[in-house]
Amino acid sequence: MADMTKLAIEMRHISKVFGEVVANDDVNLQVFPGEVHALLGENGAGKTTLMNMLSGIYTPDAGEILINGEKVTFHSPSDSIRLGIGMIHQHFKLVDVMTAKDNIVIGQKTSFFTKGKELSRKVRELSDRYGLDIDPDKKVYEMSVGEKQTLEIIKVLYRGANILILDEPTAVLTPQEIKKLFKVIRNMKEQGCAIVIITHKLNEVMEISDRVTVLRKGKSINTVVTKDVNIPKLIEMMVGQKVELSIEKKKYEDKRPILTVDGLTVKNDEGKDMLSDVSFTLNTHEILGVAGVVHSGQKELCESIAGLVKADKGRIFFEDENIVGKTPRDIIKLGIRMGFIPEDRLGMGLVAGMDIVHNMILKDYQNQPGIVLHRGPCTEQAQKIVDALDIMTPSIYTPVKKLSGGNIQKVLLGREIDSAPKVLITAYAVRGLDIGASYKIYDLLNEQKAKGVGVLFVGEDLDVLMELCDRIVVLCHGEVIGVVNPDEVTKEDIGLLMTGQKLEGNKTEEEGGEADAV
Amino acid sequence: MQFRISKRGDIPRKQEILIRVIAICLSIIFAGIILLAFGLNPINIFGTIIKGSVGSEIRIRQTAMRCIPLLITSLGIIVAFKMKFWNIGAEGQITMGAFGATWVALNLSDSLPMPVMIILMMIAATICGGIWAFIPAIFKAKMGTNETIFTLMMNYIAIKFVTYLQYGPWMDPTQGGFPKIAKFPANAVLPSVLGVNIGWIFAIIFVVLVYLFMNHTKKGYEIAVVGESVETARYAGMNISRIIIVSTIISGGLCGIAGMIQASAIEKTLIAGIAGGYGFTAIIPAWLSRLNAITCFFVCVAFAMLIQGGTYLQVSLGISSAVASVVQGLILFFVLGSEFFLQYKISFGQAKKEVA
Repeated sequence: MADMTKLAIEMRHISKVFGEVVANDDVNLQVFPGEVHALLGENGAGKTTLMNMLSGIYTPDAGEILINGEKVTFHSPSDSIRLGIGMIHQHFKLVDVMTAKDNIVIGQKTSFFTKGKELSRKVRELSDRYGLDIDPDKKVYEMSVGEKQTLEIIKVLYRGANILILDEPTAVLTPQEIKKLFKVIRNMKEQGCAIVIITHKLNEVMEISDRVTVLRKGKSINTVVTKDVNIPKLIEMMVGQKVELSIEKKKYEDKRPILTVDGLTVKNDEGKDMLSDVSFTLNTHEILGVAGVVHSGQKELCESIAGLVKADKGRIFFEDENIVGKTPRDIIKLGIRMGFIPEDRLGMGLVAGMDIVHNMILKDYQNQPGIVLHRGPCTEQAQKIVDALDIMTPSIYTPVKKLSGGNIQKVLLGREIDSAPKVLITAYAVRGLDIGASYKIYDLLNEQKAKGVGVLFVGEDLDVLMELCDRIVVLCHGEVIGVVNPDEVTKEDIGLLMTGQKLEGNKTEEEGGEADAV
Repeated sequence: MQFRISKRGDIPRKQEILIRVIAICLSIIFAGIILLAFGLNPINIFGTIIKGSVGSEIRIRQTAMRCIPLLITSLGIIVAFKMKFWNIGAEGQITMGAFGATWVALNLSDSLPMPVMIILMMIAATICGGIWAFIPAIFKAKMGTNETIFTLMMNYIAIKFVTYLQYGPWMDPTQGGFPKIAKFPANAVLPSVLGVNIGWIFAIIFVVLVYLFMNHTKKGYEIAVVGESVETARYAGMNISRIIIVSTIISGGLCGIAGMIQASAIEKTLIAGIAGGYGFTAIIPAWLSRLNAITCFFVCVAFAMLIQGGTYLQVSLGISSAVASVVQGLILFFVLGSEFFLQYKISFGQAKKEVA
C-alpha cells in the first residue's frame, strides 16, 4: 500500500434509514490509494447503499465522508465525479445506439463540437495505460457484456476518476471475461487508483482484493487483510455464525426421460430467433442445469415449456405427449410447474399485494367447482408450507411483498413443490438470497429429485450449477452449444461454451447421448 | 431550516385512521377560512348544508335520489379500477345505458306489465353500457391501447350521439318543434318505495353483489390478480383478455343501469345531459373508498349530502351551490394529500443518529 498516511476514502459512522429498514448503521470504511478493497456481505447487507452514498446518489442520515483526507458533502453525483469518484453500476448506463466514443463524452462539459481526433487519442491512451481493449467507433448494441463493462470503466476513467467503485462487476461475466477484468483492476491498482469492489463471491474476494470489509445487516463487522483469512472465516463473518455448506449430488439408477425438447425455435416480436433448434432431454431423478450468459434464451426456454410463449417450430414431449400449443392451464394440469424468479423477484408467480393464502389460491382456484372462491384448503396449505419451510412471517395473512427475499422465494417454491409436480422448472431460484436460504433451496430441489421429479435448473452461478446438477445444458445466443457432465469438465470449459466456442475432444455429449437411450 | 423526506414503514392502523380524520377536519377548517374570507359565516353554512341534506323527510329523499346514480356508477368504476383498467368513460356508459333503456321504453308496447318492462329496460341498459366499455377493452386486450384516453373519448361520442337522436330521428313531433325525445309510457317509469324511486333498493343490492363478487368469487380474485400483475396472471394460466373484457362489461353494465334509472325515474325521457357529470364525480368516492364496495356506500352518501346541501344553500340563502363544490374539492385535496403523509415522513433540522 503506497501512502499509509493519506486515505483515499474514509467513511465514518455512516447511517442510512429507508422507512423501517436500516440500510446502514454506523458503518466505517477506509480505503487506501493503490488498494483493491472488497466490500463483502449478503444481499441486503447494505453494500450498494453505502457505495451509493459515496457516489452522491444518496445522502447519509448521519456520519461523514472524507475523500483524500478532506471532509466532503455530496449534493449530487456530479459532486462526487468532480472529486474523482467513479461508480460502475451493476446495470450498465449506456446509450445503445451510440458508439463507444459518444457514450464516453455524453454528459460531459465539452465545447460544442467534439474534437473527434483528440478524443480518440485520449481514449487510446487510457486503453493502453490500463490494458483496456475497446473499439471507440463500435456501437454499444453490437457489444458483448464484457465490452460494455470495459466501456463503463473507460467512461469513468476519462472523467478523471482515481477512486473506482465496481458493483458486482463479475455477476454477468464469463470466467474468461472475469480474468480480463481482474487484470485491468490490477493495472489500475498499480497506477495508484483506489478500487472498491462489491461482491458476494468469496473466491473472487480471495483472488483480487488486498483487504476486505464485511458488512452484515447494515453494520460493518470487520476489516481484515485478505491473505490473513480464508473462505470459511469470511462466511462466518458474513453470516454471523459457522455454517456447514455442502450440496449433495446423489445418482439414481431408475431414470427415464420425462421431458424431451426437440428442435424448439422461438422468435421474438421482431422475428429474431430467441431460441433456435434447441433439443435436450430431461429425466426423472435428475437436476438438469441450464447455463448461459444473460439473455441467451433462458427465459424463452422456460416460458415455452410452460406454454406462455408460442413455439415457432419444434416439439416438446412430456412423457409421450406433445405439449406445444397447449394452454398454460393444461400444462399445469399435466404436472409441469414453473418457478421463474425475475430480476424484480415478484414479477411473475406471486401477487405482491396479496397474502400467502391468496397466493396459494393462485394455482388451485381454477380446479374449484362453481364460481365461489374457497379459501379453506388454501389456508391449511399456507400454514403447512410456512411451517415446513420455516418461512419467517408475522402470519399467513401478511402481504408477501412485506417478507424478505428468501421468504418470498420459499413461498413460491413451496407452493410449486406442494402441488406434487412431475417436472419443476426453476429459474434463478436463489437470486438475491443469502447463503443459508440458498442452501435450503438446494436441499428442497434435491428432495424433489429424490422423489423422481425432473428439475430444470436455470442458474447464474457456475460453481453452484456444477455442484448441484447432474448435467448442464449450455446455451449461447439461443442455441444449445453443448450438454456437459459437470464431473468431466472445468468451469473454464463451460465458460468457453457460454461464449460460443466448442470444446475440443468429446467432452460434450453428442446429440444428448446417454439421455436418449429410449 | 433543512428538511428531509423519507419513506415510512408500516404504520399502525390507529395512526392511519387518525391521519385520515385529521385530514378531513383540516379540510373543513380550511373551507371555513375560505368562507370567512368571502364574508360568510362558516358554521351557518355547514349547518345549512347538513340541514339541507337531511333536515327533513323530503330533503332526505332528495339526497337519496342523488346518491343512487353516484353509488351505482362508483360500484361500476370499482370493478374496472380493481383491475387497474382506468375507466373514466362512465359518463358515456351512463348515457348509452339510458339510450338502451329508452329504446326499449319507446318501442315496446305500453301494455306490457311494468316489471317485465323494467327488467327488459335494465337488460338493454346493461348491454349498451357494457358495449360502450367493451369497445375500449377489446382494443386494450388485443392491441394494448391506452384505456384512459379511449374511454374518455367514448364519452363525447355517446353524448353527441344522443344529441343527434334528440334533434334528429327520435325528436318527438308533438313537442312543437322543441328538440325533445318522447316521454316514457307509465309502465316504463320506475315506481317509488318510501317516496324514493326503487333505484335505491337496486343500489343497495348492487353494493352487496359487488362486494361478494370482488371478494368471494373466482372472477373477482382473477380481476385482482390481473390488477396486481399481468405477468403473474399469465403464469397462473389465466385468460387475461377474457378477464379484461368480462370485468369491463360488468363495469360498463353497472354504469348503464345508473343511466337507465336516471332516464326512467328522474327525466322520464332521454336527454343528452342524462349523465349530468355523475360519471366523473363517481370516480372520487370509488377511489376514496379504496375500491371497497361497502366503504363506497358511506362515501357516496356523504357526497350526495354535500351535493344536495349545496343545492339547498342556493335556494335558502341565495349562496351559490359552488360553495359546496369548494368544500367537496377541499375534502378531496386533503384526503388525497394525506396519502403522502401515510407513505412518507418529513423530518426537520439536521439529521441526528437515531437509536434503532
